[in-house]
Order: sequence, then C-alpha cells, then structure tokens
Amino acid sequence: MSEVVPRIAVLVFPGSNDDRDAAWALSALGADPTFVWHAEDELPQVEAVVLPGGFSYGDYLRCGAIARFSPAMQALNAFASEGGLVLGICNGFQILCEAGLLPGVLRPNASLEFVCADVPVLVERADTAFTSRCEVGQELVIPVKHGEGCYHAPADLDDDQVVFRYARDANPNGSERDIAGVLSRDGNVLGLMPHPEHAVDPLLGSGDGALVLASLVDAARERLYARA
Amino acid sequence: MKATILVRPKAGILDPQGRAVESSLRQLGFPVGEARVGRVIDLDVEATSADEARGEIVRMCERLLANPMIESFEIEVDG
Repeated sequence: MSEVVPRIAVLVFPGSNDDRDAAWALSALGADPTFVWHAEDELPQVEAVVLPGGFSYGDYLRCGAIARFSPAMQALNAFASEGGLVLGICNGFQILCEAGLLPGVLRPNASLEFVCADVPVLVERADTAFTSRCEVGQELVIPVKHGEGCYHAPADLDDDQVVFRYARDANPNGSERDIAGVLSRDGNVLGLMPHPEHAVDPLLGSGDGALVLASLVDAARERLYARA
Repeated sequence: MKATILVRPKAGILDPQGRAVESSLRQLGFPVGEARVGRVIDLDVEATSADEARGEIVRMCERLLANPMIESFEIEVDG
C-alpha cells in the first residue's frame, strides 16, 4: 500500500528565508509541501501550515508586527480557528505571537547579540501533534539563529503550554522560564525559536529536528485519513 | 495635522538596548541612572480636530504601532 502524502502549506512573506529548507525537510519526511505567497487571501486544501523563519517585512516596527496583517494571515486565522495545525518557526513564532494565535511576545536577546548555535532543547510534552515522535525529557539538539528570541510570557501562561525548554544553562537569549516553544490552549498551534528544519540529517550536525517535523507530518496524514 | 507618537517599553520589561546605552554612557564618564530606549513615530494625519486625530492614533497604536503587552504609548498632536 502506498503511503498517503499530506499537503502542508509553507507561507512565504517578503523576507522569509527558511521557506525552502522547511519545504525540503517536509518533503524528505513524507509530506507534499506547497508554497503560499503572503498576498494570497486563501489557503489551498492543506492538512497543516508552516510559517518559516526569516525577516518578514524586514522586521520593521517589531518582528512579525506587519506580517500579521498580510492577506494570507487572515486566511491562516480562519484555518487555525477551525482547529487547523499551524507550526511557526523563529520568525513564524514571532508572527504567531503578534497575531495573537500564541501567547506572549519575543523581545531582543538579553545579550543584544545575534545568536547562532546548536542548542540542547528539552521536550516537555510528547502528547502534542508536533512532538508525538519525542519523549518527555528527551534532549534534542537543534540550531537557533536569531536576534529577537527572548520570550516574554504573559502572567497567565499555563505550564502545560510550554512544549520545549532550553536545557539548563543553555538558554541562548534570556527567555523567561527557559521557554523555547509554546503551544496554543487548543493544542493546534505551536511556535518555537529553534529550527527543526535545519536539523533533519545527522550529516549536517543533528537529525533531531526531524522528530518534530515528522510528528507534524504524522498528524497531517491522520487528518487526511480522517477527511477521506 | 502633525502628530508625534512615543512608544516605550513598559516598566519591568527587560530592555537590553537601554542597558547597553546606559553602560556606554557610564563608560564615557556620564554618571547616569537607568536608560530606556523607545521609538518615535512622526505622522501626518487627516483629521478635522485634534481630538479626532488623537482617537484615530490610539486605534493605530492598539492595532499596529505598539504591542500593549510590552509597550506603552503617548500621543502629541500639533495644532
């Protein structure tokens, strides 16, 4: 029996630069990625959407502040409100926070320096659509590369919403409570600063990011089955 | 109508840029206390009165120009 291949949209904003890596990784892990330009006001029929890293709209004003108003983001809001799976990586995480789809906000790194490094990240929850291939407490090595990744949590952030934390003494940006990735209350939207799409092949340093993206592909495939 | 909007990091919000400015000033021998860095937006607004302009700018700040979770804003309308 041939494997069912779920379609996953990768949004592309002016200034996105990890869109192709994200698509390549999704494809390698069994999905059919399709690019959606920010000016589109509809999403194609997809089982999940990825917001890639980069510097959408030049990071002007605040990271993600302008991207959130693009036509494709209005379509994404509707998709997410119906329970659609959304993964935001780095700038994608910043956009989801500005759009109010995720709690909190990402501020300039405490060090004020751009950080580019492989960091150990701990899995706090394995019962999500984005981490089903991981185990609680598992340490993943995934690269970060950002100037504004210092997570500021709202006072009412539930600990259950924290899916990834930087390992002890490995917080690269000053994020509160070492938070590296946050889940929406409904569990269908995840944002994280580390880049799983850059860690899908041990030849390039680490294959740990594949666990995150393959979990998403699994969940997308299940949704496709459920719809068929 | 001309308006100036000041957007500032709220009290208690980590402002690494302010800290860098503060330590630079101290290194130069200026005995300063805390420095905070915000941003200024000069804007031309179409409005028939200062009140109308102010109301419009409040909406702009709430939707785009400031993030209310971490930033406060002040508006000055000229004329």
